[in-house]
Amino acid sequence: MTLLSVRDLTVKFATRNEPVTALHGISFDIAQGERVGVVGESGAGKSITGFALMNLLSKPGFIDSGQILFEGQDVTQMSDRAVRKLRGNRMAMIFQDPMVTLNPVLTIGQQMIETLRAHRRLSYDEARQIALVKLKGVYIPSPEERLDQYPHELSGGMRQRIVIAIALLLDPQLIIADEPTTALDVTIQADIMELLLELCRSNMVGLMLITHDLGVVSQVTERTLVMYAGRIIESGKTRAIINDPQHPYTQGLINALPQQTPPGTRLRQIPGSMPTLSMMPSGCPFNPRCELATDLCRANMPDITQFGEVQVACHEVQRLQADLNTAEAAQ
Amino acid sequence: MFAYLVKRILQAIAVMLAISMIGFAIQGNLGDPLRELLGQSVSEEVRQQLREDLGLNDPFLVQYMRFLGNALQGDLGTSYFFKEPALEVILKKFPATMELVFGATLIIVGLSVPLGVYTAIRPNSIASKVIMALSIVGISIPVFLTAILMIYLFAVELGWMPSFGRGETVHVFGYWDTNFLSADGWAHIIMPSVALSSIMLPLFVRLIRAEMMDVLQSEYVRFARAKGIAPWRIYFIHALKNTMLPVITVGGVQIGTMVAYTILTETVFSWPGMGSMFLEAVNRVDTPLIVAYLIVVGFIFVITNTIVDLIYGLVNPTVKLSRMGA
Amino acid sequence: MSGQTAEPAVIAAPRPSRFRAVWDSKIGYNFRRNPVAIASMAIFLIITGLAFFAPLIAPYNPYDPAQIDIMNSEYPPSWVAGSLPEFWLGTDDQGRDLWSTILYGTRLSIIIGVCAVLVQAVLGISIGLISGYVGGRTDSILMRLADIQLSFSTLMVAIIFLALTQALFGSEVFGRYAVVFLIAVIGVAEWPQYARTVRATVLAEKKKEYVDSARVLGFGPGRIMLRHILPNSMSPIFVISTVQVANAIISEASLSFLGLGMPPSQPSLGSLISSGFDYILSGSWWITVIPGVVLVVLVLVINLLGDWIRDVLNPKLYRG
Repeated sequence: MTLLSVRDLTVKFATRNEPVTALHGISFDIAQGERVGVVGESGAGKSITGFALMNLLSKPGFIDSGQILFEGQDVTQMSDRAVRKLRGNRMAMIFQDPMVTLNPVLTIGQQMIETLRAHRRLSYDEARQIALVKLKGVYIPSPEERLDQYPHELSGGMRQRIVIAIALLLDPQLIIADEPTTALDVTIQADIMELLLELCRSNMVGLMLITHDLGVVSQVTERTLVMYAGRIIESGKTRAIINDPQHPYTQGLINALPQQTPPGTRLRQIPGSMPTLSMMPSGCPFNPRCELATDLCRANMPDITQFGEVQVACHEVQRLQADLNTAEAAQ
Repeated sequence: MFAYLVKRILQAIAVMLAISMIGFAIQGNLGDPLRELLGQSVSEEVRQQLREDLGLNDPFLVQYMRFLGNALQGDLGTSYFFKEPALEVILKKFPATMELVFGATLIIVGLSVPLGVYTAIRPNSIASKVIMALSIVGISIPVFLTAILMIYLFAVELGWMPSFGRGETVHVFGYWDTNFLSADGWAHIIMPSVALSSIMLPLFVRLIRAEMMDVLQSEYVRFARAKGIAPWRIYFIHALKNTMLPVITVGGVQIGTMVAYTILTETVFSWPGMGSMFLEAVNRVDTPLIVAYLIVVGFIFVITNTIVDLIYGLVNPTVKLSRMGA
Repeated sequence: MSGQTAEPAVIAAPRPSRFRAVWDSKIGYNFRRNPVAIASMAIFLIITGLAFFAPLIAPYNPYDPAQIDIMNSEYPPSWVAGSLPEFWLGTDDQGRDLWSTILYGTRLSIIIGVCAVLVQAVLGISIGLISGYVGGRTDSILMRLADIQLSFSTLMVAIIFLALTQALFGSEVFGRYAVVFLIAVIGVAEWPQYARTVRATVLAEKKKEYVDSARVLGFGPGRIMLRHILPNSMSPIFVISTVQVANAIISEASLSFLGLGMPPSQPSLGSLISSGFDYILSGSWWITVIPGVVLVVLVLVINLLGDWIRDVLNPKLYRG
């Protein structure tokens, strides 16, 4: 059953002149309890997508058009009050850097209890009990003491566990995790990711995992969206995308992984860098960096088509498919 | 917390010693105590004898220690003009100045927080724009000019307010007479308090607004929004406390300026406080009174600064641990 | 913002003037679109222009006792009944033409304000550069000093210093050197503002590649600081300076009002207001109010320009 359905979502940033477009009408679905990865370079629009879902875009960003249907209701059409009732309750968010996510002058307990009491009629003590249970759920040692501590008294990994506990406080249907381990020590990254995976599985929570780490995506998610310059250029089952990527950009990403490179040779990085919002090339935004680019690619943005197990937006893939079809027909 | 307290108190003592040193240096170099005591028509022999008796020929350190010892016992010399102990003269003026400062502080704290928060939350509203425009005009008018213009407008032209003095005060205890217990007292203290707060109020409105706007951009406020917390709670629980931390620090720095402004305000309103007394003492070269003023003001300054630091430590949970360890 | 940081380390080459041009045009563009800035700049230029050409414009010389007649004292301005046509802004308590006295007084106020800020800037920038570049003990001692200096408010330090100097030398001698004393005391008392901001930029810039490459190329610390780091501190310095000039003018006026600044024979705006204050109760408001308005307008337009520059350059300032 579909939990979240995003249709033609366009996000723009107001500037002094014309607003610039950050998300170009993207569409995707997340089913109940499904774990979806969103990958791409920084600036591809991954985080903007995450924040747009909660209607939390910071100025000057704004949702220009499109629908965000969450449990059948359009978030973009809701009143502030109604969206607030969703946030932290039906859908929760985990931020990138736990060192700055928690308020430094409030205790862990205050920050957890206020969240509970914002959505449920609970006494202070009841809320504290729930917070305690949730802290135990994320394997925090001596949770009772933690409740009265301030964030600066805890390590980064501990803080991210608390952020996860806060996200899970009200048993949401969807968690949006925006690079939840990037800011952490490498040694605890795996622990946190495993915890997140375990909790999502056991609670049947949908997860939208925003990351640039394909390794994490392959471990945790069932489906993957690849974003480039404010567009979803390829999507499908994670296994299919990792093993048999179709879009030249996705192929580039996977080829650039250290595991794909024989020891002693240079990493195969994608040449060039992603275009900035204000200087988008015409046609497919990837064409300046693409070895296969043709005049068609420089003129028109390709539509999304089904190819094998994945949906992909690439002229070259479409041509290949057409060739295959004619070959089949000829047989 | 205890280590922090001890450290702060040691610091305060060091500053007080430095101030007493300056006070002593002034006493030794400004004016001639012999002339004040004897007049000019006295033989050189008598003068020398008196120098010896007064200990003015002793080594510097001995004289300083004596000065310090006397100061600790509350003896800061005798005012040349009033012929009374300098400390007593000042203590009689102390309540007037304190009440003025209290009135101004009340205005500053009471108005700057709501105005600063409002202009930060609604930066584009017309009211915010008016407040910000007024605030920049406010910081551009010197305190003494505000005072003068108020006198001209409300006392001279309109005749609504008294223009000078404390008016009718009510005796409370000891030296303390208060303005706050009689209608006439209130009428007299309103204009001086407003004048005294006239630069600091807009300064703090602007500061609070700037800090609050910074805080509202922070990740933890965004996270609080993502938790579905009500806006008022985000503004007043999450943001305000973080906003006030740097504001408290600046408040501590402004205490000295506040004292300077009392001198200006008291002069304009002929307010019988320590500030106007200090200027008179300067004009009369009443050295013991000048020195006593410096030491008393220095003392008040050190005490309030220590209190501000302690408040900061109480509000900011990260302070205790880091400084206790150090 | 990104233009400066993203620029690759152009080794030791002076910043291209093209950069300067882009920069200027950004300021210029903002200026043209901001009516408040334009009006403030216009008023500021008019006031400073009038003040600096005071000897040419003013009909009387307020410093020349021969041109002052005590019999002319307290004539009101031209739009009030009982005025004299030759004194369009009226006369002060000593019979000086108010218009001339204000022109000369404004000139004094501006000179003292600007010179005091120059002293602050030279002191503060050098201390800030040294503190940030050398670091370690020197840095912590200098910054501790700055904290202490800052917590004793400038005005308080100035009042005490000037009061003692006046008591020591007598007002006769003091009055003669008042300009120097005022510049010195306002200048010395406010150095921490610059020092802290410059230090902060130095610390930020020191980490960047171009400073490393300059060091690798064997340039001495003096050259690196002056040629490479200082230019990057210019925008915060610029922003502080406008505010500081406004504050210095206010400080000067306050000190002169207390009788600790310019003597009545050589009045700045502050001492003029002060001398008029004694007559305000008797109705001669113009001696106080007119120079007061000039003072407020002058400080206000400088503050408005300061706000505007801060918004345009948007530097990270050291607050608190």
